[in-house]
Amino acid sequence: MTFHHSIRRLAVLGVGLGVALSAAACGSSDTTDTGSTSTADWTKKGPINYVQGKDTSGSVQKWIDVWNKDHPDEKVTLIELSDKADEQRASMIQNHNNKGASKYDIISVDVVWTAEFAATGVVMELPKAEFDTTGYLPAAVDAATYFDKLYAFPSTSDGAMLYYRKDLLDAAKVTAPPKTWDEMKAICKTVIADNPGMTCYGGQFQKYEGLTCNIAEWINSAGGQFLDKDGKPQVNSPEAMAGVNALLDSFKDGTISKEQLTWQEEPSRQAFQDGKLVFLRNWPYVYANAQKTDGSSKIVDKFAVAPIPGLTDYGVSTLGGHNMGVPAEASNLGTVKAFTLWWNNQEQQKVHVIATSNAPTIETLYTDPDLVKQFPYLTTLHESILKAQSRPKAVKYGDVTAAIQDATYSALNGSDAKAAFDTLQTKLVELTK
Amino acid sequence: MSTAVAPKDVKIDPNKKVKKNVLSDGQGRLAAMLVAPTMLVILFVVGIPILMTIREAFFLKNTGIDPTTGLVGAGEKFVGFGNFTNAITGKNEVVPGVWGQLPRLVNAFLNNMFFTVICVVIETILGVAMALIMARAFKGTGLVRAAILVPWAIPTIVSAMMWKLIFNSAGVANKILGQTVLWLGDGAPSQYAIIIADVWKTAPFIGLLTLAGLQTIPAEVYEAAKVDGASAWQQFTRITLPMVKPSLVVAVLFRTLDTMRMFDLPYGMIGPRKYSVETLSMFAYDEANNVRYGPAAAYSILLFILIVIVAFLFVKFLGADVVGDEEVKAINDQRKRMKKMHKDAAKARTTVTSGEGVQ
Repeated sequence: MTFHHSIRRLAVLGVGLGVALSAAACGSSDTTDTGSTSTADWTKKGPINYVQGKDTSGSVQKWIDVWNKDHPDEKVTLIELSDKADEQRASMIQNHNNKGASKYDIISVDVVWTAEFAATGVVMELPKAEFDTTGYLPAAVDAATYFDKLYAFPSTSDGAMLYYRKDLLDAAKVTAPPKTWDEMKAICKTVIADNPGMTCYGGQFQKYEGLTCNIAEWINSAGGQFLDKDGKPQVNSPEAMAGVNALLDSFKDGTISKEQLTWQEEPSRQAFQDGKLVFLRNWPYVYANAQKTDGSSKIVDKFAVAPIPGLTDYGVSTLGGHNMGVPAEASNLGTVKAFTLWWNNQEQQKVHVIATSNAPTIETLYTDPDLVKQFPYLTTLHESILKAQSRPKAVKYGDVTAAIQDATYSALNGSDAKAAFDTLQTKLVELTK
Repeated sequence: MSTAVAPKDVKIDPNKKVKKNVLSDGQGRLAAMLVAPTMLVILFVVGIPILMTIREAFFLKNTGIDPTTGLVGAGEKFVGFGNFTNAITGKNEVVPGVWGQLPRLVNAFLNNMFFTVICVVIETILGVAMALIMARAFKGTGLVRAAILVPWAIPTIVSAMMWKLIFNSAGVANKILGQTVLWLGDGAPSQYAIIIADVWKTAPFIGLLTLAGLQTIPAEVYEAAKVDGASAWQQFTRITLPMVKPSLVVAVLFRTLDTMRMFDLPYGMIGPRKYSVETLSMFAYDEANNVRYGPAAAYSILLFILIVIVAFLFVKFLGADVVGDEEVKAINDQRKRMKKMHKDAAKARTTVTSGEGVQ
């Protein structure tokens, strides 16, 4: 009996092991690189899938329908992923590891994923001859470029702006919004003297991607940099530390309230709309919300926008936005190309801006009379994006941003800033090797 | 065969194999066929993934970048126990948690233990109290029971979002306290926030299971105690607790294992990479999210081992009877007896055969 039993047990174990090993074999072979585009056929037409995060505007399908009506043989199907950026990124990487099991043909790539997706072959290179980027914002094109090759096509951009209470500044006889942090603090002094209980400046200092954007702005606006021109980390340079210390001082002297350590975009917007902030650093989406006349905003027509302030002059915003990448496993590349170019052409982008108020990537749209009339902040936004800096282009961006958040958040919570940023420098040197 | 203990003079046929299950009625083959599809599914959705995870834990993906093209080399390499040792010694990362500068894995482990001990103790006390209230017959019992069970019925991630609103810097908690406590930051208050939310949510679970135990205690026992002049406290410690212990221990075991796997509450409420509340599950998730599947698998396995050890200790020392199947016990006992008998018979046979061989 025992003999029979053990034979059976062995057989089970053998099958189990066999499966595990064959899986192992798959595991090590599926990572072969597919970065080259020499074999890509940019003429083949047919139906494709367009993949992006959850569409909160509700208009994407409408525009795709317009395309589908004109191109019955090249139908585009929208695949919506999670509304969380992390999960979108994971889905795209997994689809690549599964050799394109879900048939993604165009994916919407966040600017900070470009380096990782390009380096690991998740997206293929877009030949510049096929994808002409003339007329598109240089900053947006640069964000989609990795090692001098284009890996995504600029679709939307984003930049931070300084929202300010025009009514209060007028009452305090201040004629122009502040250019520097010192000017801003001086204005606050007079404004808050008349309006006790208000906080001077609001930003996003919870530990998440927004913190990376905010600290990047303080560092860049003081003349510092995360990475220099050669890609070497310079995060504990005197200039960078000047920015960090300016932020820490603002927390200490109450320019920024302590509770902002738990703020993301929405709490800061809420505080501004409730009239608790004189200045707010935020993205363009706030404009439409703060102008809503349904009672949710107490500051309708009482605010205006300006570029964010810096140490000695206007500051430097962090660049955001999404671009369209083509997965290595995509098929029907002719349609992929045609749809990408159509989706991001001037006419179509104008339609997108009107519906979603996203920042366009076509430069001339920022001076389009119709748009400027509807979105008065476009001129300021254009200035902001023109000067905007990308976050570090790192293959291990997830680790890089985590390290930046670790250092910043511990400094904001009272540990030694110099030590924290020295550690960050060491980590970044390791991560960007 | 029908009697539990075979009499000594029963004749045992030495050529007949011992049945696997002595209480079986001979339908084992049919049963196996009927169970097979389920077992096959379990093999594919549980067995194989576990084997693959174990295999993955010993590998690390290549991350080197080609300096001219910027492309990452393909493949992965075998690193033995590297993923485990690097994490334990903190070679990968040292983080500032509530416990000081520690390797990230150790910090997560301490958080796990801290939450488990504190939460389960408070939940047990509150849960038993709730059960005692729910067991009383009074007007509106149904309403009280329903009210106590509501938190448990709410999905964890939803309650995480709810408590996030409450603990917001401008939220209800701070309004009541009249202070600005940064619950959603990264520090001791975040830990308190997690404990409060977890206790609120799962004390009813212990209450429910304890209530089931309470209702099996006959009223006569209490009446007898009363006649003997036992105080209410004596009745509780000498009658209620010992008699409710079997169900209470199982409830506490389930809660302990659950709390050790805690993920959605701190992740949804406080957020990722907050070292004061980061648990092992969150750490493993974060690693997997950064496409380091090897280390992620290694940490999951460590958590798995940890949970197995704790479950084992519970069963061993507190006598948690999770399966509680009398029949299984009976079958095992009977099998043991049959084996012994069979062995004796075989011995006798060997002697006989050897005798024949000599002939």
